[in-house]
Amino acid sequence: MTVFFYDKTFDGLLSCIFFAYENRVFPDLILEEAVQKPLFTEVSYRVTTEDEKAARVWKALEKKLSLTARKAMFAVWLSELEETEMLLFRYMRKNIDLPQGMEMNFGDDDVLRCGEIARKVARDAQRLIQFIRFQETADGIYFAPVSPQHNTVRMVARHFKARFSDRPWVIYDTRRRFGIYYDLKTVSEIIFSDEEAEKLASGKLDKEKLSENETVLQTLWKEYFRTMAIKERENLRLQRQNMPKRYWKYLTEMQ
Amino acid sequence: MNEKTLEKLKILADAAKYDVSCASSGASRGNMKGGVGTAAGWGICHSFTADGRCMSLFKIMLTNSCIYDCAYCVNRRSNDVRRTTFTPDELAELTLEFYRRNYIEGLFLSSGVIRNPDYTMEQMLRVVKLLREVHRFNGYIHMKSIPGASRELIAQAGTLVDRMSVNLEIPSEQNLKILAPEKNYESMFAPMRFIQQGMLESAEDRKRLRSAPRFVPAGQSTQLIIGATPDSDHQILSLASKLYKRPTFKRVYYSGYIPVNTSDNRLPVLSTPPLVRENRLYQADWLMRFYGFGANEMVDDAQPNLDLEIDPKMAWALRHPEYFPVDVNTAPHEMILRVPGIGVKSAMLIVASRKYGRLTSAQLKKMGVVMKRAQYFIVCRELPMNTVNELQPEYLRSIFVEKPKRKKDDLLQLKIDWGE
Ligand code: SF4
Repeated sequence: MTVFFYDKTFDGLLSCIFFAYENRVFPDLILEEAVQKPLFTEVSYRVTTEDEKAARVWKALEKKLSLTARKAMFAVWLSELEETEMLLFRYMRKNIDLPQGMEMNFGDDDVLRCGEIARKVARDAQRLIQFIRFQETADGIYFAPVSPQHNTVRMVARHFKARFSDRPWVIYDTRRRFGIYYDLKTVSEIIFSDEEAEKLASGKLDKEKLSENETVLQTLWKEYFRTMAIKERENLRLQRQNMPKRYWKYLTEMQ
Repeated sequence: MNEKTLEKLKILADAAKYDVSCASSGASRGNMKGGVGTAAGWGICHSFTADGRCMSLFKIMLTNSCIYDCAYCVNRRSNDVRRTTFTPDELAELTLEFYRRNYIEGLFLSSGVIRNPDYTMEQMLRVVKLLREVHRFNGYIHMKSIPGASRELIAQAGTLVDRMSVNLEIPSEQNLKILAPEKNYESMFAPMRFIQQGMLESAEDRKRLRSAPRFVPAGQSTQLIIGATPDSDHQILSLASKLYKRPTFKRVYYSGYIPVNTSDNRLPVLSTPPLVRENRLYQADWLMRFYGFGANEMVDDAQPNLDLEIDPKMAWALRHPEYFPVDVNTAPHEMILRVPGIGVKSAMLIVASRKYGRLTSAQLKKMGVVMKRAQYFIVCRELPMNTVNELQPEYLRSIFVEKPKRKKDDLLQLKIDWGE
């Protein structure tokens, strides 16, 4: 078995493609550098990430793939699923080898799987947009803890920047321990100290950190939410199907 | 905001909750400088209530007082319920606070009729104006137009809100007369016409001047109550299909009647709301809007009601075995859409990928086709084993009949796999 080791960046993966074509060796597995060499590894290569080579690969793909397909590839990357590297590698290779590319060939397993994962990731980002709950803090920042399945926090920056452009806000991924912060001008990434991050994992802010109005508004919202359900139509299964339990943790109305 | 707000909120939310339309789709708008909010274009659900329904807009009534006495309504004059009214300021502020926390996409404002239709519309307009002009709120607003309101007020509201609706509620004029003697169809169709004229005029103006104001960009909608009157599905779907022919009409909502006023003998006694029928109507509506079906293909004078045991698409296919099997590798798109088990998306995937070679059933499956249903109606690379013609429609029907299981959940929600 041939294994490539790389630095677990998207450019690194593109560099793997370059490396493979340059040396005519194709991997059976692509792993992060830190990972232990698996059994049955016959040959292994350490692929260094080189921006210039990555850019050349991307250029070549731009000629074959539509913008939608390229975006989908990136979404697959953000899925952080174990199969990602090899799937994307095969997908890129097929498109490079065929003169016309093959992004619309939904009869191909890899094309289908990429589409499937891209949709999953898009849905995950969509659910962030739906279920994020901001709490107003005493210093006027709107804070939302989240823990999406895939690494989708950055994907929603644009939506929230457009929507809530007149107040500063933070969306914080408690699992990946980073957040995005909007300061009325731009969105940037932030991390907190370990101690802070530990406290934030629960998603609850201390009472004294909240604005005066916040608790009242949460109560109003919860009460409103409860009232809106029509008891003759109660259907908790449908509710869970539309709003899976894993999102409840940070939903004001489900506390 | 205090205890009193909470009290009002509870009463007025309770009064508003039977209006089922809550979608926020159809208008897409970026942010404006110094304002708050955008409209996303796709209906974003921010939560789901215990009945499983999407919560997108802050659905609320300005007041639950009403001078009318419609038989099917909780807020009717003769009911002994607590009445209260929000001030426009309170309601605007509450909307904004909810919006900033990402609880909602916007506001869905309706109201009981106080004093007269125009006075009521004016009060509602004040809320909308506060939001748009003072708070620079740029999110979604759906406003119910009050039957009988004047053209001028509707015109004013139209430039401020995204969607307007007039609820017909009762699917036929003669039954409306019985249940809501103070209303008539004309008082509801007139505002619909005003809205339509406003939209068409604005579209004309915008051809000449891009900055001309947009008029209810997300169009209009209405709601029909199902099962409170003897009106058949044929009547209901014909009405819906007529409404959809109007260029400005976006959605018809169907709401299974919930007996809120049990002592009124003009209304039927129902132990549970007719949710299966409601579900079938939504399916038929969906088929009209996205699958190219006509109302008359699903129901007619001979068969005035939809089959409750089988979804309308399958039912149509079983009544018309002569159209099948369909060859997915050659058939036109509109025929592929008619195959049970193939949805809008899988139909699109089929048409896009058959250029690369003839498709197999394994590939169809991966594209989301529900082979359990589709297998009797298609030809792909393999030859079909048994199509609807060999097996006979009656036999297939017996396979696909959906017998409600004992569990209440299942009864409430017949899920149809459209192969999306
Ligand atoms: S006019 Fe509207 S609020 Fe008043 S009783 Fe009739 S349906 Fe109810």
